[in-house]
Amino acid sequence: MSFAPAPKRSWTTRSREIAVGALPPEKLLPDSQPTYVASWIYVFGVASIAALMVIIGSGAILSLKGPAWWHFTGVGHFFNSIHLWSVELFFFFVVIHLWGKYWMAAWRGGRSRVWITGAITFLVAVPAALTGYVSQQNFDAQWIATQAKDGLNSVGVGAFFNVTNFGQMYSYHVLLLPVAVVALVAAHVLLVRKHGVVPPFELDKKVAVAVSTSQAAPPATGVQGESP
Amino acid sequence: MLAAIFNLNHPSHLVHWHFFQMSVANIVVIAVMFVVFALAITLPFPGAARRRGKGS
Repeated sequence: MSFAPAPKRSWTTRSREIAVGALPPEKLLPDSQPTYVASWIYVFGVASIAALMVIIGSGAILSLKGPAWWHFTGVGHFFNSIHLWSVELFFFFVVIHLWGKYWMAAWRGGRSRVWITGAITFLVAVPAALTGYVSQQNFDAQWIATQAKDGLNSVGVGAFFNVTNFGQMYSYHVLLLPVAVVALVAAHVLLVRKHGVVPPFELDKKVAVAVSTSQAAPPATGVQGESP
Repeated sequence: MLAAIFNLNHPSHLVHWHFFQMSVANIVVIAVMFVVFALAITLPFPGAARRRGKGS
């Protein structure tokens, strides 16, 4: 009697098992959230994502049509303004969300990566916006680029890229940095799903007291004091 | 052609004190962010009390 050898597990199987183990469907798309998630601070997190979607959409239209369209037509001006103001709102919402999460110490309970991805998203969004300002194709862009060049040279990073190089800045702005921001936001959201939203300080304290009380109690042997 | 609500056809107004220099527009935006942040952490979220009552 012979048995067929067990099929070798492929990388797709292993990847699926790791992904489902880390983030089972009920965690990825939950039915409900703890009551402490009902806070305006999370509204600003979601609003940041909404603003990012408008930025990506309006940016895609601008890149399709080109500088002559966004400078010299009415509809082009409109989409240029939509792109600018969605960026302004993105930073507004992200900063309020970050302030809130900082004062809530959102890195508690093994959530350091959630906090770090959020903070780095903000830091990567800054050059994403700067490269947009220097890609406008007008005198304003030239002024900002030369000022930024001086600033970046003064901190010693001017040799790695050139903010007065339109082609380089435009490709940073429409590809590299948006991909980085979207990837960081996606990682941030998935990590929030994985670890859950950080509980309030009072709840954390109650849990710590409950754990220390249960550890201080004599171990239950299942014999002493047990009723028959 | 409609005129802009604010006349922007002039150099920006700046606040300059020693090393500190910032446009009034940026100072206003930062002040508004502080106000909105204060409101976000103090105003009750609609339905939050009802949900907490259910949860306990």
